[in-house]
Amino acid sequence: MSEIAIRARHVSKVFGQSRVLDDVEFELRRGEVMCLAGENGCGKSTLIKIINGVYKPEPGIEFTFGDETLSDISPMEARSRGIHVIWQDLALFPHLTVAENIVFDDYVSKPWRPISYKKALQQSREIIQQFGLKLDPTARVEDLSIAHRQLVAICRVLRAGASIIFMDEPTASLTHKEVQALLAITRSLAEKGISIVLVSHRLAEVLEVCQRVTVLRNGQLVGMYPTEGMTQARLSTLMTGLELELTPRAKTHQGEPVLELKKLSRAGEFADISFTLHRGEILGLTGLLGAGRTEIAHTIFGMTKPTSGSIHKDGQPLKLNSNRDAVRHKIAYLSEDRLHLGLVQNQSINMNTAVTVLPTLEQPRFFLSPQRIKALTARWIAQLKTKVSDAELAVSSLSGGNQQRIALAKWLATEPDVLILDCPTIGVDVGAKAGIFDIIRGLADQGVAILLISDEAGEIWMNTDRALVLRDGRIATEVIPSETTEETLEAIINA
Amino acid sequence: MRNLLSRTRLGTEGVLLGIILALSIVLALTTDSFLTLQNLFDLLNNQSVNIIFAVGLVVVLIAGGIDISFAVAASVVQYVVMTLLIDTLGGGSWPLGILLSMLVGTLLGLFNALLIHRFRIVSIIVTIGTFNLFFGLLMYFTGGVSIYDIPDWLYYSIPLLNLPAERGSATLYFPVAVMAVMVMLTWFILARTGFGRAVYGFGSSPEAARRSGVSVWKIHAFAYGWLGLCAGVAGLMQAHIVQEVVPNALIGQELPILAAVVLGGATLGGGRGSVLGAVLGVLLLAVVQNGLNLLGVTPYAFRMIVGLIILIAITTSNLGNLLPRSTRAQNV
Amino acid sequence: MNNPLNTPSRAGIRLGGDTIEVMVMMALLIISIVFFSLLAPGFLSATNFSSMSMQLPELGLLSLAMLVPIISGGLNLSVTFTANIAGLTTAWLVQGLLAGVGILSVPMAIMVGLVVGAAAGFIIGIIVAYVGAHPILVSLGAMIFLQGVGEFLTRGGGISGMPEVFQTIGSGSFLGVPIPMLIFLTAAAGLMYVMHFTRIGFSIYMLGSNPRATEYSGINVKRVLITVYTISGLLAGLAGMVMLARFNSVRVGHGESYLLITVLACFLAGANPFGGFGRVLPLVLGLMSLQVIASGMNLMGASQHLATAVWGAFLIIVMALRMPFIKQS
Repeated sequence: MSEIAIRARHVSKVFGQSRVLDDVEFELRRGEVMCLAGENGCGKSTLIKIINGVYKPEPGIEFTFGDETLSDISPMEARSRGIHVIWQDLALFPHLTVAENIVFDDYVSKPWRPISYKKALQQSREIIQQFGLKLDPTARVEDLSIAHRQLVAICRVLRAGASIIFMDEPTASLTHKEVQALLAITRSLAEKGISIVLVSHRLAEVLEVCQRVTVLRNGQLVGMYPTEGMTQARLSTLMTGLELELTPRAKTHQGEPVLELKKLSRAGEFADISFTLHRGEILGLTGLLGAGRTEIAHTIFGMTKPTSGSIHKDGQPLKLNSNRDAVRHKIAYLSEDRLHLGLVQNQSINMNTAVTVLPTLEQPRFFLSPQRIKALTARWIAQLKTKVSDAELAVSSLSGGNQQRIALAKWLATEPDVLILDCPTIGVDVGAKAGIFDIIRGLADQGVAILLISDEAGEIWMNTDRALVLRDGRIATEVIPSETTEETLEAIINA
Repeated sequence: MRNLLSRTRLGTEGVLLGIILALSIVLALTTDSFLTLQNLFDLLNNQSVNIIFAVGLVVVLIAGGIDISFAVAASVVQYVVMTLLIDTLGGGSWPLGILLSMLVGTLLGLFNALLIHRFRIVSIIVTIGTFNLFFGLLMYFTGGVSIYDIPDWLYYSIPLLNLPAERGSATLYFPVAVMAVMVMLTWFILARTGFGRAVYGFGSSPEAARRSGVSVWKIHAFAYGWLGLCAGVAGLMQAHIVQEVVPNALIGQELPILAAVVLGGATLGGGRGSVLGAVLGVLLLAVVQNGLNLLGVTPYAFRMIVGLIILIAITTSNLGNLLPRSTRAQNV
Repeated sequence: MNNPLNTPSRAGIRLGGDTIEVMVMMALLIISIVFFSLLAPGFLSATNFSSMSMQLPELGLLSLAMLVPIISGGLNLSVTFTANIAGLTTAWLVQGLLAGVGILSVPMAIMVGLVVGAAAGFIIGIIVAYVGAHPILVSLGAMIFLQGVGEFLTRGGGISGMPEVFQTIGSGSFLGVPIPMLIFLTAAAGLMYVMHFTRIGFSIYMLGSNPRATEYSGINVKRVLITVYTISGLLAGLAGMVMLARFNSVRVGHGESYLLITVLACFLAGANPFGGFGRVLPLVLGLMSLQVIASGMNLMGASQHLATAVWGAFLIIVMALRMPFIKQS
C-alpha cells in the first residue's frame, strides 16, 4: 500500500447552531484518485475548506502528513504542503491569456518585479508538456471551452507545486467525450504521484476512475470504501441513507397526439428528431450533456429556429418566431437554470408567477391589477402546496424546492398543453424531489403532455411512460421503462 | 459579450492605428497643411492634457470601475496647488508644483477609492457624488473667480524641440514630454509588472483575483489614486498651457475622454483596454477634428461628427451580438 | 438574504413604492423643511415656495427621464441634450415653418418637439436592444452626437423670443400652482401609473433584474428596452418644453449641469444601480428635498454651489448606509 499523503482526524465544524461536520475522518494516499461523495449540504465543501485552511475547524482536529502531526492548518501552510482546490467556477481570468493565468500567482507574490511575457509562455509550455496536455498558452481564456479552461486551472495548480488536488464537480458541464479526456488526465496525474479528490455527482464516472470513495451524510462520515465491487445503487443508498422503493411508472393509457416532431434538425446541435407526444403522457428525453437535450427543447419553445424539419401541434404545422409564439400555442418550457433563466431571483414571488400571463391579467388594456396578480399567485401557491410566508418577498428567499414550484406555477398559469421540463430537480433536496414528481404526475393525469428532460436514469425510469435516449444529437433508442431495469437504462445512456 | 475587433489578429489598437493612418493619408493628400511639422506638433501639444487624463482613466476602467470626477478633481488640484504655492510657498517652482499636484490629485483619487472600498458603493455612484462634492466646494470657496496671476515659471511656455518648418518653425512644448512620461509609466506598470497584470486580473474576475491573494484595497487604491495623480498632472499642464486657472475650465471633459478611452478598447466591465488604445482613442478623435478643421468644415459640426464616430464604433464593436444564438453559445 | 430595502413592497403599497424608501425620503423632506424653517429667514414665505416650485420641474422631468432607464438596468446620459433638441425643434417650428398656421402652431410645434425627443430615445433604444452595447456607452455617444447636432444647427447661438403662450406656460399658475409644477406632477403621476399598473412597467422591473430570465418568460425584451428609452426621450422632450417656456429661449447646453444631478437623485431615492428597483414617489420626494436644501441654503446666504456639494455628500452618505442591503445582479 502506498504511503498516506494526508490524513485528517476528528474534523468538526459548527456554524451557529448547526453542526456541519461531526468528527469526520479523511485519508488520502499518494497517487490515489479518490471520490468525495454526498448529497448537497452533507458537508463536502466544508471539509475541503477546512483541509485547505480556509475554515478554522473546531479544536481537537489532527492533521498528519507523513510523520508530522499538526493541530491546525493555515491557508499558507496548506499551500506549502501542495494542497490545492479547483472550485467549480475555476477562478480564472477570462481576459488574460492561458500563460498569464498559469503564472498569475507570481504576479501576486512579486508584484513589482518586471515581468517577461516570453518567460511566462515558456514556463507554461513546460508545464503543459510535462503533463502531456493539449493547450495553446497564447490563447485567451475567454475563447476556450469549459473543458480547456479546466486544463488551465489544472496547469495553474500544478505550477504552484500541487501534490493534492481537490476538484469540485469537474465534470458538471462537460460533454461525454470531454469527461473521458479529463478522467484520463486525472489518471495520468495520479501515476505521477499526485493525489486527486473528485467531488462529483456522476456516480458512473466516479466508480470508473476512482480507487476509493469517501461518503459523507449529514456532516458525518458514512465510510471509506474501495470502488471495486461498489455499484451505483449501493453508493446512492450510502449517500441518501434511504433504501428507496424503486418502481417504474406504470404505463398509462395515452390520449390523442398533441405535439409531433418530424425530422427536426438544427445544424451543429441535433438531427432527424421525430417523435409524437400524447395528451397525458410523460415522455422522457435523456442522454449525456451535449447530446442535444436542451437544444431540442429550445427549438420546440421557439427560442431557436430549426434548420430543417417541422413541429406540429394538434395536427397543424407551427411556425415559431420566438418563445412568445410557443406560449401562444400553449407550449411551456421550464429552464434547467433556475438561478439565471428560470426565475428573476430578485423580484417578488407575485411578479415571477404573473410574468407569463400579463396579457390576460391586463384587463382592461393598460390596467394591470395588483389584486389579480396576488389572487393568481395565491391560487397557485395553494394548489402546488408551496411554502410561502409572503408573496411580495423576493423569490430568492425560498428554498430550491419551493422556487421550483413557483417556476412550475408560472408556466402552469399559461394552461399549457405541452410542458417541457428541463431537469426539474436540479438543486432540489432529495425529500422535495418526490414532491415535484407528484405534481408532474398529477399534471399528466389531467391531460397535460409532458416532455421530461433529465440525465438521471433513475428519474427517467421512475417517472416516464416512454423515454428517448439521445446520443450526439440523434435519437439512439426508445426505451419503455416498465419493460426494463434502471441499470439497463443507465447503461444505454452511458453507452 | 464578445468584441468583434478583439477577435481579429490586430486587436482594437491595430484597427485604430489603421484607421488613423488611413485618415492621415487621406488628409495628407487632400490638404496642404495636415502633413506639416507644425500641424503634427500642434496636435500633440493640444492633446497632451487629454492623453494624460486618458491613460489615468484607462487604469480605472481596466480594474472594472468608472470615474466621473477626475476632470473636476483636476480643477480642484489647480486651485489648491496655486493657492498653496502663491500664498504660502512664495511662488514655488516646477518640481514643487508637479510634486504638489501629484500629491493633491492622488489624495482626491484615494478619497474615491476609500469610499468605494470601505462602503462597497458602486464606483459610478461614488464618483458622481464626489463630482458634485468637489465641484460645489470648489465653486463655493473660489466664488467662481479665476486666477490670472500665476507664477512666472508656470506662465512661460517651455519649448522642447524647435525645428525649422515651411512657415516659420514647429515647436514641441514641455507638456508633451510630461505626457510621454505619464504614458510610459502607466504602460510600464500595466504591461510590465506583476501588479499591473493583477489589475487586469482583478478587472477580469474580482473573485478569482481575491482568491489568488490579490489585495482588493491595493487595486482600488492604485487605480483611483493613479487616475487622481494623472488628473493632478493634467490639471497643472492645462493651467500652464492656458496660463490661467478657471474653475470650470475642465468640467464637462470627463465624458468625452471616457468615450475616447472606450473607443480605444476599454470596456465598462473591466479586464480590457490598454494604454496604447487609450492614447490612440484620443488621437483618433483629435485627427478627425484636425482634419475637419483643415478641410474647412465649420467647427460647429465637429462634435456631431465625433458623436457619430463614437456611436458607430460602439455599434460595430458589439455586432457580434447580432450573430445567431448558437454561434455565440459555442464561443462562451 | 431578504432585507426591507430591496425586497419588493408588501401589501398593496406597490402604488407608491417601497414603504421604507418612501418613509426615508419623506423623513428627509420633513427634516430639511423643518431645519430651514428654523434657520433660513423667509423660508416659509409664499415667494420662496413659488420659486421652489418654479425651479423643480426641469430637474424633476429630467430625473424621471433618467429613472426609467436606471430601473431597466441602464442609464440615459443623453437626457439633457435630448431636451435641448426637442426644445430647439419646437422653437424653430414656432418661429419658422409653423409661424403662419396661427393659433394651432404652438400645440403642433410642441407635439413635434415631443415626438423628436421620443425619437431620439427610440434610436438609443434600438441600439441598446439590438446591438447589445452598454447603455452608458450608447447614450454617451448619443449625448455627444445630439449636442453636436444642436451646435451645428444653432451655430452655437440660441433661439429666443417665443410667442406669449410660452410665457404663460412658463411663469403662469393654475389654482396657485405654477404650470411647470403641474406638468411635472402630472408626468410623475402618469409614469407612476405606467410603472405600477401596466404590463410594460411590470416588464421593465423584471427586465432590469434579469433580462435573460425575462426573455425566457416570454416577454419581448427588445421591445421593452426600446419602450424604456422612448419613454425616457419623451420625458426629456417634455423637460425641453418646460425649459423653453421658462427661459423663453432655447440654447444647446441649457440644463447640461443637471445631468449628473438626475442620476444622483435617482440613486438617492433608492433606485438600484444594478437595475430592477426604483420608484417614482421616493424620487419626487427626494427631488423636493434637494430643492428645499438648495433654496434653504440660498436663503441662508450660501451659494447654489455649496448646495451642490451638500447634494454630493448626501448621495455618498445615503449610499454608504444603504449599500449593505443592495442586491447585485
